[in-house]
Amino acid sequence: MLSGWGDFVAEYSGLLTTGMLDTLAMLFVSTGIAYVFGTVLGVVLYLTSPIGLKPHRVFNGILGWIINMARSIPFIILLVALMPTTRALVHTTTGVVGVTPPLVASATPFVARMIEQSLAEVPRDTLESVVSFGASMPRIVLGALLPEALPSIVRGISITLISVLGYTAIAGAVGAGGLGDIAIRYGYYRYEDEVMVVTVVLLVVLVQIIQTVCDLIAKRIDHR
Amino acid sequence: MISIQNLTKVYDGASGGTHALRDVSLEIPDGDIFGIIGISGAGKSTLVRCVNLLEQPTSGHIVVDGTDVTTLSGAELRAFRYRTAMIFQGFGLLAQKTALENVCFPLATGIGRLPEGARDKGLELLGRVGLADKADSYPAQLSGGQKQRVAIARALACDPTTILCDEATSALDPASTEQVLDLLAKINQETGVTMLVITHSMDVVRRICKHVAVLVGGEVVERGATQEIFQNPQHKVTKALLGKGDWNA
Ligand SMILES: Nc1ncnc2c1ncn2[C@@H]1O[C@H](COP(=O)(O)OP(=O)(O)O)[C@@H](O)[C@H]1O
Ligand SMILES: [Mg+2]
Repeated sequence: MLSGWGDFVAEYSGLLTTGMLDTLAMLFVSTGIAYVFGTVLGVVLYLTSPIGLKPHRVFNGILGWIINMARSIPFIILLVALMPTTRALVHTTTGVVGVTPPLVASATPFVARMIEQSLAEVPRDTLESVVSFGASMPRIVLGALLPEALPSIVRGISITLISVLGYTAIAGAVGAGGLGDIAIRYGYYRYEDEVMVVTVVLLVVLVQIIQTVCDLIAKRIDHR
Repeated sequence: MISIQNLTKVYDGASGGTHALRDVSLEIPDGDIFGIIGISGAGKSTLVRCVNLLEQPTSGHIVVDGTDVTTLSGAELRAFRYRTAMIFQGFGLLAQKTALENVCFPLATGIGRLPEGARDKGLELLGRVGLADKADSYPAQLSGGQKQRVAIARALACDPTTILCDEATSALDPASTEQVLDLLAKINQETGVTMLVITHSMDVVRRICKHVAVLVGGEVVERGATQEIFQNPQHKVTKALLGKGDWNA
């Protein structure tokens, strides 16, 4: 039994390490880029909403509709539909690089809604006090709104990371690499159950780590 | 001087509009502590929020030191708001910033840099409200009265010409209320800042206001020097607020 485990490690550790690194690269790079675009969109969504500082029904309605549209497209379809765009952008549609654009496209509207939600939790009084002593819009957003919402935003990051992790497994099915790819190739096509089980365990552990770390950070930075 | 001229505010709603203010005219002399009293829903908050344009008046004018502020926008509006501090019932402090960071917040530049001396000024102001030792505390670690004193220090950071108080003591216990009212009166005496004090409590008016106007259903029904109003109330609501009459009379 023990020697069996030793053999397993010898045979698959390289594969699994590469898979894990690919998964982490896909996960963090695409989520990071999605947060850049998604935060901007989320701030605009919040500011133009009826409770925002610059309410604008039509603009907010159109933007909200586009974001909902993007969110309702299943990831696998988005991935295929974006292939021409992806090729134009990064000159490939496979591997970690090739799957990043669809991952970003899929996570960005999700992030926008998470950010909007976190900003909406900032008390009205707090926001109005900042407006009432004459702060400019960039100062309100960067100095007050986002810092006040930060603990909630960090909790949202764990939710986003975990859902993007799910997408990376789907992306694995079309040759993006990563743990999802390994689980499907070995577990589904080759019936090598051990590899699949170990892969799934690694994914479970990864999810737990993401959740724990984000919760810890959110708690550390929250002074309420 | 703050001159409120024929101020009317109608909130649009599903079931027609709410007339929060009807043709309100008031003159508030420089250096005064001017009380506006009324029961809940009388339009007090709406009135004070129109003064710094947190609400846009439906019609009428607010003229501050010769400038009609209802026409201001952009940088001019922000400059006016900078000189017109506001204190809220719910304090409005930034929960993720320390007391000192809160006090210094209005002083920071557009990109958030604190100018030379801002920190010292913040510390001095915290000292003035008796909270020098709480500079590094977060609002959650302070009592209600302490939070409101931080908010007062923050209001003073911009060297305001006017301070607007919307039910500043309504969320506080009697001891903290006393402390905050004393502080406001002392600041008025020392700096000559004009104060517009919104309240539903005659006690607050009696303690610090030089003049008072009574607001009922969005209209000013009575106004005058505090002493006169207390000695010789005319309107039934004023009498009731003073405990001298019946609400249903
Ligand atoms: N944002 C708003 N939208 C619609 N109606 C409002 C709004 N704010 C206040 N009102 C209405 O205006 C009236 C006056 O409210 P307010 O100025 O808050 O009174 P007070 O501060 O004296 O209690 C009330 O009838 C209230 O329901
Ligand atoms: Mg009110």
